[in-house]
Amino acid sequence: MIKVTGLDKKFGKLHVLNGIDIDIKKGEVVVVIGPSGSGKSTFLRCLNLLEHPTGGEIVFEGVSITSKHNDINKQRQKMGMVFQQFNLFPHMTVLQNITLAPRKLKKVSEEEANKIALDLLERVGLADKAKSYPGQLSGGQKQRIAIVRALAMSPDVMLFDEPTSALDPEMVGEVLDVMKKLAADGMTMVVVTHEMGFAREVGTRVLFMDGGKIAEEGIPSEIFANPKNPRTKEFLGKVL
Amino acid sequence: MNFSFLSEYYVYFIEGAKNTILLAAFTVLLGVMLGIILALMKISRNPILKVISTSYIEFIRGTPLLVQIYIVFFGLPYIGIHIPDVPFLGQDFPRFMAGVIALSLNSGAYVAEIIRAGIQAIDKGQMEAARSLGMSHYMAMRYIILPQAIRNILPALGNEFVVIIKESSIVSVIGISELMFSADTVKGVTFQPFEPLIVVAVIYFVLTFTISRLLGVAERRMRAGD
Repeated sequence: MIKVTGLDKKFGKLHVLNGIDIDIKKGEVVVVIGPSGSGKSTFLRCLNLLEHPTGGEIVFEGVSITSKHNDINKQRQKMGMVFQQFNLFPHMTVLQNITLAPRKLKKVSEEEANKIALDLLERVGLADKAKSYPGQLSGGQKQRIAIVRALAMSPDVMLFDEPTSALDPEMVGEVLDVMKKLAADGMTMVVVTHEMGFAREVGTRVLFMDGGKIAEEGIPSEIFANPKNPRTKEFLGKVL
Repeated sequence: MNFSFLSEYYVYFIEGAKNTILLAAFTVLLGVMLGIILALMKISRNPILKVISTSYIEFIRGTPLLVQIYIVFFGLPYIGIHIPDVPFLGQDFPRFMAGVIALSLNSGAYVAEIIRAGIQAIDKGQMEAARSLGMSHYMAMRYIILPQAIRNILPALGNEFVVIIKESSIVSVIGISELMFSADTVKGVTFQPFEPLIVVAVIYFVLTFTISRLLGVAERRMRAGD
């Protein structure tokens, strides 16, 4: 579904991504782990071109999105993204946050969009918050709304950029639960996270990134039980 | 102090206050339009537009308003632009328009900075979230960034209105019969140099104080919506 070849990203002299190759298939839950500064978030943000790669190619559903002639807005509609800082729109109600993109981009009618939004809110247990403003919600609730907002466009893949890192510890669980449900429903996901429990339990593949490269990848049970790369060993030794 | 001249000359002050308000209202309108254009040019990704806007703003902010007013008043006819003398609310229209144009050209630069700052104060994540949903840059600006920016901008813009009322006093030098001009007129006919100035100072204060109170109320209303 997403095929990345030779992905390269430099910020000035800083070489953040140094030749990433990966092929993500439909239904996979790819969890990206690694020390801070290893390029995990930049890699994820390159996938929907929030960061423009300085080299390499990304092909999404058969279309080269890094090509100059491509209109990325079309593919972004099929790639949901969830941010560390939620980034809900504070001047809109929860319902407006969720329905804005479907109504304006997919020309879904207001009733239809509201119905989809309320169904999704029901699934994350926040149907009673439809009329609230983001400022009235807790961090965990905000992040669940942010996930719903992305889902309302019925994307083919969901990108998560450290979705629980800005949350109070007691709220991490409610967000991970939603993500687990999503994975169980067969959603293709790419997740940058420090939640090793989630990686082990839900991930179908784990990428360990270090110094702008994929240092090691494999199924979670292998990587966690038996890391081959010394850097992976060292990192897991610190976080587990 | 002797304010007995008021009974005879109060009409001058009323006329002056009316013209000051008109001058400020037109200036705000044109200044805001110019400011929006300049601000959009300044935050655009086109380097030429950026340079034009930045140079203009720097030039206006770096030269005295008095000089700018003289340049417009004497400069426009000099380069062949004559404002037609149309009857307009009983005033000397070319003079009045020259004043409005000079003040607007000046105010536009300050308004542009207010608008730019208001837009750039919005967290980067808002644009990213909007774009990640598939919205174009234009849509993200229209639905996400600008509605939030306007809340930052409006109070500062109201303040600019107050500033213009005060600064408009300077266009009396080109003979627009606004408040300051009426003070000078009454000074001349009564040979009282002091009291007419007290009268216009009080009128200016009443005008600006009323407006800033109204703005305070509007601001509180807007906050209550959050």
